[in-house]
Amino acid sequence: MSEIPWLSILTFLPTVVAVGLWFVNDEDPEVVASNVRGGALLASLATLAIAFGLWTGYGIFNHFDPATHEFQFVEHREWFGEGGFAYHMGIDGISLFFVVLSAFLTPLCILASWTAIKTRVKEYMIAFLVLETMMIGMFCALDVVLFYVFFEGVLVPMFLIIGVWGGPRRVYAAFKFFLYTLLGSVLMLLAIIAMYYQAGTTDIPTLMAFEFARDMQIWMWLAFFASFAVKVPMWPVHTWLPDAHVEAPTAGSVILAGVLLKMGGYGFLRFSVPMMPEASAYFTPFVYGLSVVAVIYTSLVALAQTDMKKLIAYSSVAHMAFVTVGIFAMNEQAVAGAIFQMLSHGVVSSALFLIVGVVYDRMHSRDIAAYGGLVHRMPKYAAVFMLFMLASVGLPGTSGFVGELLVMVGAFRANTWVAALIATGMVLGAAYMLYLYRRVIFGPLVKEELKSILDLDRREMLVFAPLIVAVLWMGIFPMTFLGPIEASVTNLIGNYEAALAAAGVGADPSVLAAR
Amino acid sequence: MLTLIVFLPLLGAALAGLFGRFLGDSASQAITCGLLIVSALLSWIVFFDVAVMGNLADPVDLATWMRVGSFDFEWMLRADQLTAVMLIVVTTVSAVVHVYSVGYMHHDPSKPRFFSYLSLFTFFMLMLVTSDNLIQLFFGWEGVGLCSYLLIGFWYDRPSANAAAIKAFIVNRVGDFGFALGIFATYVLFDSIRFDEIFSAVPDRADATLKFLSWEAPAITTICLLLFIGAMGKSAQILLHTWLPDAMEGPTPVSALIHAATMVTAGVFMVARLSPIFEYSEVALAVVTVVGAATAFITATIGLTQNDIKRVVAYSTCSQLGYMFFAAGVSAYSAGIFHLMTHGFFKALLFLGAGSVIHAMSDEQDMRNMGGLRKKIPVTYWFMWIGSLALMGIGIPGLPIGFAGFFSKDIILEAAYGAHSWVGMFAFWAGILAAFMTALYSARLMFLTFHGAPRCDEETFAHAHESPKVMLLPLVVLVLGSIFAGGLGYSYFVGGGMEAFWGESIVVLEGHNTIEAAHHVPFWVKALPLVVAALGIFVAWVMYIQWPALAAILARALRPLYLLSYNKWYFDEIYDALFLRPAFYLGRGLWKSGDGAVIDGVGPDGLADLTQRISRRASALQSGYVYHYAFAMLIGVVLFITAYLYVQVG
Repeated sequence: MSEIPWLSILTFLPTVVAVGLWFVNDEDPEVVASNVRGGALLASLATLAIAFGLWTGYGIFNHFDPATHEFQFVEHREWFGEGGFAYHMGIDGISLFFVVLSAFLTPLCILASWTAIKTRVKEYMIAFLVLETMMIGMFCALDVVLFYVFFEGVLVPMFLIIGVWGGPRRVYAAFKFFLYTLLGSVLMLLAIIAMYYQAGTTDIPTLMAFEFARDMQIWMWLAFFASFAVKVPMWPVHTWLPDAHVEAPTAGSVILAGVLLKMGGYGFLRFSVPMMPEASAYFTPFVYGLSVVAVIYTSLVALAQTDMKKLIAYSSVAHMAFVTVGIFAMNEQAVAGAIFQMLSHGVVSSALFLIVGVVYDRMHSRDIAAYGGLVHRMPKYAAVFMLFMLASVGLPGTSGFVGELLVMVGAFRANTWVAALIATGMVLGAAYMLYLYRRVIFGPLVKEELKSILDLDRREMLVFAPLIVAVLWMGIFPMTFLGPIEASVTNLIGNYEAALAAAGVGADPSVLAAR
Repeated sequence: MLTLIVFLPLLGAALAGLFGRFLGDSASQAITCGLLIVSALLSWIVFFDVAVMGNLADPVDLATWMRVGSFDFEWMLRADQLTAVMLIVVTTVSAVVHVYSVGYMHHDPSKPRFFSYLSLFTFFMLMLVTSDNLIQLFFGWEGVGLCSYLLIGFWYDRPSANAAAIKAFIVNRVGDFGFALGIFATYVLFDSIRFDEIFSAVPDRADATLKFLSWEAPAITTICLLLFIGAMGKSAQILLHTWLPDAMEGPTPVSALIHAATMVTAGVFMVARLSPIFEYSEVALAVVTVVGAATAFITATIGLTQNDIKRVVAYSTCSQLGYMFFAAGVSAYSAGIFHLMTHGFFKALLFLGAGSVIHAMSDEQDMRNMGGLRKKIPVTYWFMWIGSLALMGIGIPGLPIGFAGFFSKDIILEAAYGAHSWVGMFAFWAGILAAFMTALYSARLMFLTFHGAPRCDEETFAHAHESPKVMLLPLVVLVLGSIFAGGLGYSYFVGGGMEAFWGESIVVLEGHNTIEAAHHVPFWVKALPLVVAALGIFVAWVMYIQWPALAAILARALRPLYLLSYNKWYFDEIYDALFLRPAFYLGRGLWKSGDGAVIDGVGPDGLADLTQRISRRASALQSGYVYHYAFAMLIGVVLFITAYLYVQVG
């Protein structure tokens, strides 16, 4: 237990600064804009420093202990209601890196929006800082009600970012996003209320230990699934994603792909699996089915795209399907792989959206056909794009490989059909990414308007540099991340199997018949 | 020392790749070439130490890569005898190619990039051969695939180069799909993916079964076949071979290094490396043999009619890789690796020689536009003949005199015969036919290119010139290898010194000892390859020198066969119709009708539409006319009373 409420500081620092930024005023809007940008960047960097400190322990913090699966940095205060809705925060190996990821991506987003956003800069930066609070708070929350508040709270700034600073069809995109999310949220809220009536508490660690009746589990599982599946997004509730990405400003896409999609996967790991183990086992084939369809279906769809952002959005759906397979394959490699895959996807797809953003800022087109031969004018850009394309394809030595490999190994242990079918993603993923890269980067430079396009400038290199380091480090030394994850994952699986054994449901049979 | 061998090329690649612009062209070239030569020299030291002297060093543990449960392995470098052989092949050919490229790429504007890729490739290849577990092998495997992709597409302005690059990567990925599943199955069966742990556990698990897809399959066979799919992709075996000829779009030194001497042999290396597993599956070995033999035969038939000088050599590479595989399939792994080594020398020589021709002809690759170059580029001419004779396997049966390919190819054919199994016999006769065709197309290449009257325009012919020393001198290394590597290596690789040489790096079960049997085959088996090779040269001489019209007449007389060969057995067309077009068609269909019409139509768009329609109806009701409202009320009252009566009565 730490004396200083680090998680609260981490969570609310950005919002506190955002409130402060509200009062920045000047005659000249340029002065306001530049002050606000600087302030927002500093705030997000400070948050990042704290997050890193909590993880590694350098500096003045008592650091995260990778050996235990217990929640750490726990804060517990009564909030309201006699039943004990509490302000309960804490992180374990599962949530740690999502917090770090959120804190890592926000400063990059602010930096990436430095010149791209010209109108209402103050409001934009405030929205981003509030968004950061919501994201971090969601991953730290250990009370279901608190979790729900943050979970839904994330949507508000996101709606604004898409709706105010988005593209021409932003209203349609926002409405689609809203319809899907609404459905999930309502059902999840019902399930949360039902949980409270059954267990008499909203405390997550207590609920994890509580044994719900099997029928109850199944209804609750479906209700939570409705919400998380939309977020992941799983096929067939994925169609909001391409539209939302296309209309969102670059930084909005980064957060959307980088963090928002992880809320679904995180939800499965935090709620569905530990609280409803029997239902999870019951629905595993269902999840496998949807995920396998997603990998093949969306990869094929990605192949046919003509819009860069849509292509990457569809590839996200395919990559996140690996995550859902991993979570429900329920063995050490698969779950650790699923978490790693989410982190990797958070870095890689964010980088890919930033890469699209670079040329969008210059040419104001996302149409693949509008480009071609960029390598002639933009060698640095071509190299950076190449690296992240390879990471997306899952080349060994990049982060993408580690996640996919672990998920597939785990899936193979659970079900060889699933492993074989999602492994087709290796081939299809390579096809659509290489095809995209070829059309944008290679070939002769013939288009008149591209002949004066400029290569990455210093600010853009500054945005990409940390992502490059991250993607290679995660690929070559993944133990940095797999180590702290391990204890929590082992515990999660142990509890899951114990619950199944207690319920008389056999744990997943090994693929191996006889040795 | 091993660490230096592996990481010096990476250092070179990083320096040239990241700082090439500051270093300039010549500094980048000097750095990468210098580092590779050092690496090659060190490799020879390791080779003598490990393979000849038999001093096995401890593996070098670099770092933990992954440890999740029992899925646990390190970044590790290990050199046993098999690795040592691969080390010298890879680094020597790579060093030669680096130096040669200084001359060949003289006019190219992006030299640092080229040399960086070459060195990076060498690094990945070295990681592949020094691996001590399957995943690091896979790391090298994918890495060389990446470099191959980058180098095939090196001239990125050419659409054909880009297409070939993507094709190479994706076809390889299809193979890797099998490879990856094989790795997973290995892990499930052995609870480890480290070579030494797997190998020691194989005998105990020989009869295990594995539930794979819907079958209860014999585990070892499943693993071997899945891994072999990977090898087929990388080594361009039949069905997955289509990328290799297209890969000739890359600069010629690349073809020599990657698509002849090193990367494409990775599949053969993998099978040899995993010989302790393959030995326990008769089925898998039979499949390897048949696929290898079929490849050797089919690709040789295609090589007969191609007109692009590099494509002929490329199909010849496919064919020779087929030999190596069926050698492995009949448990003559050491013969396969022996051929891998000699082939590395003479095929690199042929490619670089072809590069020299292309260089001389101002980038002309079509043999129909060559001819008569013998006088113009005599050194290249003689070098090419040496490479061709080595490829044909010319030598004197029964005596240790001959070109490198003679020793290695003959031992393979003899081992196939000595296997005394039906697959062995199939491989033997396919190999003999392929040997005939090998001689035929090699001689055809030589005659069309160098003999006869020049068929190019005068300006090009006048301009034709011998390559500079920086291109010819490195070839001397390969010439020496093509002449002597066979005779010198014979007793170590496949002769009396074999067991001491290979140690435990290659495992052959009792009863599979085909190399031993190969030494006792009848004389006609030993002599037949030479006879058919001589026949092949003779036929080529008749067809292309003595009576040049004959080729066209034959092509007309045997038109279906000619077309089949000329169109490469229509593999590309079939794949295009079977996979490529359906994938795009499906993609577009799923997007427009799946996502658009069905999911959105029923989901959000449909819901919105429905809401709008209902509300329009609802608002239509509010017409403002009193009699409308009165009428509605009346209906309501009637319904109400009816319902009430029903309830009362019922």
